[in-house]
Amino acid sequence: MKLSVWTYEGPPHVGAIRVATGMKKVHLVLHAPQGDTYADLLFTMIERRNHRPPVTYTTFQARDLGSDTATLFKTACLDAYNRFKPDLLLVGASCTAELIQDDPGGLAEALGLPIPVVALELPSYQRKENFGADETFYQIVRRLAVPVERSENITCNLIGPTALGFRHRDDIVELTKLLDDLGIDVNVCAPMGATPADIAHLGRAHFNVLMYPETGELACRHLERHLDQPFTKTVPIGVGATADFIREIGTIIGKPDLAPSEQSRLPWYSASVDSTYLTGKRVFLFGDGTHVMTAARIARDEIGFDVVGLGCFNREMARPLRSFAKSMGLEALITEDYLEVEKTIAELSPELILGTQMERHIGKRLGIPCAVISAPVHVQDFPARYSPQMGPEGANVIFDTWVHPLVMGLEEHLLTMFRDDFEFSDSAGPSHHAAHTPNQSVNPTAAVHQQSAEIIWLQDAESELRKIPFFVRGKARRNTEKYAADKGFAEISIDTLYEAKAHYAR
Amino acid sequence: MPNDLAPLGCGQAPVLKQRGQHEVFCGLTSIIWLHRKMQDAFFLVVGSRTCAHLLQSAAGVMIFAEPRFATAILEETDLAGMADAHVELERNVSELLSRRPDVKRLFLVGSCPSEVIKIDLATMAKKLSEKYAPHVNVINFSGSGIETTFTQGEDACLEAVIRDLETSDKTQLAVLGALPDVVQDQMLRLLTQMGIADVMVLPQVTSDTHSVVGPNTHFICAQPFLGASYDEMVRRGAQPISAPFPFGAQGTTAWLAAIADRFDVPQSTFDAVIAAPKARAEQAIAKVAETLSGRSIFFFPDSQLEIPLARFLANECGMVLTEVGSPYIHRALVGHDLDALADHVVISEGQDVDKQLDRVFDCKPDLTVCGLGLANPLEAEGLSTKWAIELVFSPIHFYEQAADLASLFARPLMRSDLLRVGDVA
Ligand code: SF4
Repeated sequence: MKLSVWTYEGPPHVGAIRVATGMKKVHLVLHAPQGDTYADLLFTMIERRNHRPPVTYTTFQARDLGSDTATLFKTACLDAYNRFKPDLLLVGASCTAELIQDDPGGLAEALGLPIPVVALELPSYQRKENFGADETFYQIVRRLAVPVERSENITCNLIGPTALGFRHRDDIVELTKLLDDLGIDVNVCAPMGATPADIAHLGRAHFNVLMYPETGELACRHLERHLDQPFTKTVPIGVGATADFIREIGTIIGKPDLAPSEQSRLPWYSASVDSTYLTGKRVFLFGDGTHVMTAARIARDEIGFDVVGLGCFNREMARPLRSFAKSMGLEALITEDYLEVEKTIAELSPELILGTQMERHIGKRLGIPCAVISAPVHVQDFPARYSPQMGPEGANVIFDTWVHPLVMGLEEHLLTMFRDDFEFSDSAGPSHHAAHTPNQSVNPTAAVHQQSAEIIWLQDAESELRKIPFFVRGKARRNTEKYAADKGFAEISIDTLYEAKAHYAR
Repeated sequence: MPNDLAPLGCGQAPVLKQRGQHEVFCGLTSIIWLHRKMQDAFFLVVGSRTCAHLLQSAAGVMIFAEPRFATAILEETDLAGMADAHVELERNVSELLSRRPDVKRLFLVGSCPSEVIKIDLATMAKKLSEKYAPHVNVINFSGSGIETTFTQGEDACLEAVIRDLETSDKTQLAVLGALPDVVQDQMLRLLTQMGIADVMVLPQVTSDTHSVVGPNTHFICAQPFLGASYDEMVRRGAQPISAPFPFGAQGTTAWLAAIADRFDVPQSTFDAVIAAPKARAEQAIAKVAETLSGRSIFFFPDSQLEIPLARFLANECGMVLTEVGSPYIHRALVGHDLDALADHVVISEGQDVDKQLDRVFDCKPDLTVCGLGLANPLEAEGLSTKWAIELVFSPIHFYEQAADLASLFARPLMRSDLLRVGDVA
């Protein structure tokens, strides 16, 4: 049993719904109680979809348990088939139905429907949403993809985008454009937008582009083994990664000098003089493994941030993320405990968080700006405007999004110079964000500076501390207290404050 | 999944009982407002990752404040043996209580998985109550989707709270149902002005207030979904007061009148107390009714507020009812409101969502009240919708909120009159 306040991932059947909802002419019959229908709102409200997800829930009740939930399931399958006439039926069980062991696969097979039926094993008490999506798509591919003749011109498949994915909609457009620029056509994009018939034709492509390892890797490995299709390992988020991605494709198709005609503006934006204020800003990253690794590379190499910590919630990515973190001289935080992430952030006091909607919430509480780089996401992370993460435009979007929550260049200097100005105080936040005042009622360091109970801050030192910009104030307070405790001081004076500052100077 | 009656168009016949796919939240959802209302309480769901995800998804759409709820997520090892689950739960509770020393009431909330594998939370609650007495009272109720629908979670919670009350023959009025603070204060002011000062409101904001129940307790429900709580009050000897629900000027007046009648409030006092707020409400409703009058409305089953709201919208705002769906119909509670509906209205109980969708498309109402999963798909088909869940989160009861309540329904209609964005489907 694991105590959990907020979770980063839903159960595996939500992953299955993401695949079914992304595809066309597919229907999922899920053996589940009525409350599980909440999953629909993830798609209709958060992603703002204008159709119900193609899911029939059996919604069995307590009184059905004693009698015949199996018949209920079969009736639901038949009704769903007759009403929606899908080309492929997926069947599975949610956590509760897994316990009553009705065998949805066997029951559905027994109906003898004239379409393929794929039974999903979704172990709710062991695995989670991303696994559910990865596994569901893999089972579909395993069932439907057959060897076919390769296309004459060079083509690829885009693998991994699903419904409810972070910017999947726009990444598909951006990659299709980029590939077109390189003279490569997209054969099929799947699961998003694909029909079962499209899956049968995956084999026409010369190689696969694995867009999101979290939801597409099992399928890509299968296609590599059985249809002899190589797949790309670089996820093209960021300028460097996009270049690597193009090189990788060049190698795969035997054209080592592939070059795109369009370049991102990010390199110049990072090099322009205004961006010196970004240099060395301390950032913390958290999200799914893929997005965190790509974002960390951009943060360090393409913007010049100081990455002070990073982690992911999906254990499937623990190994690559750990070694990646090591290469940055850091230790990765692998957890899905929101409170642990919050504690780590409070301790590190970064100047910027790159995270999920959970970290946005943490940032609000701690008064630290946050930009979202990964699912889980909220309704505002499905913007109306075109905002991919991948390719040249993706890098532009990322530069803008990350820089937006920060105090701008000269403004930062002015804040430091005139920090006593009552109208122009740092606690008001960046001037281009009317409503982005950090929450003053929450003391970001409350949890971690209990020493202050024993060590007294003298009035002068306390007001000097308040002149330090809010985003480093917590750290300064803690360092000073630690310094004072180490030295055995009972009081902190202005001198102690500056001695500590000198002591901890980077 | 058969219907007892064949699908109907609008405007015919009696109660349509349906048994098919339900598109409604489970009772766990009630925790989202209960935990804000009961300030020294913590809700610990014993369930699966799905339950945790439901709570945060339903909450995520609406609030994202520091929660006083959490889920003890069952894992593979817990399913293996019963003893484990109990020990594990004790460990989780002690971890939780040491982190949250402010908690005075801990609700152990059952879910589908905990019920299917038969974790005996009632006994656990008793044991833990003894262990943590007198600081923490541990109470069990079920919010599972196999037993409860949406607002029934509050009902199950209140039922457990009532079961826990001490018996006393004190004469008092009890009002059942969680109300927003501002609304509750208005209600208490009105009752005090009538001379009824001994009022117990359940659920209590904090457990410090000493609440009792007994034969001289006269009780009335402020929410229509409290069937089990109603029965439990009756079992405890309390005497029900029945009335329409306090929505709109007429509903509020009738509700207050039933109480005044029971407590022998002189007519002149009653008239004097309600005169001003009632007039205010009527005036305010009349303005909003200009938008609503003559427009048709269709209710999908959701919060069980449907029947009383339908009465208000039809009789006080001039709307035309087509189908009024409710997950359950407790006649003892909603009888007055139900009787006030016109004969031709289709009343449906339970759900078979695909068939109901067919009916709503046949009927093309001006406004459809439905859950979050259906709202955008219906909007995309050109139907204006009102999310039912907003109704359990907004102050809508009594005189001063009557026009706000009407406005909740008027806004989507006004929007569709205003927008010039072409075809959205
Ligand atoms: S329906 Fe059951 S399993 Fe699903 S969220 Fe509700 S209590 Fe949990």
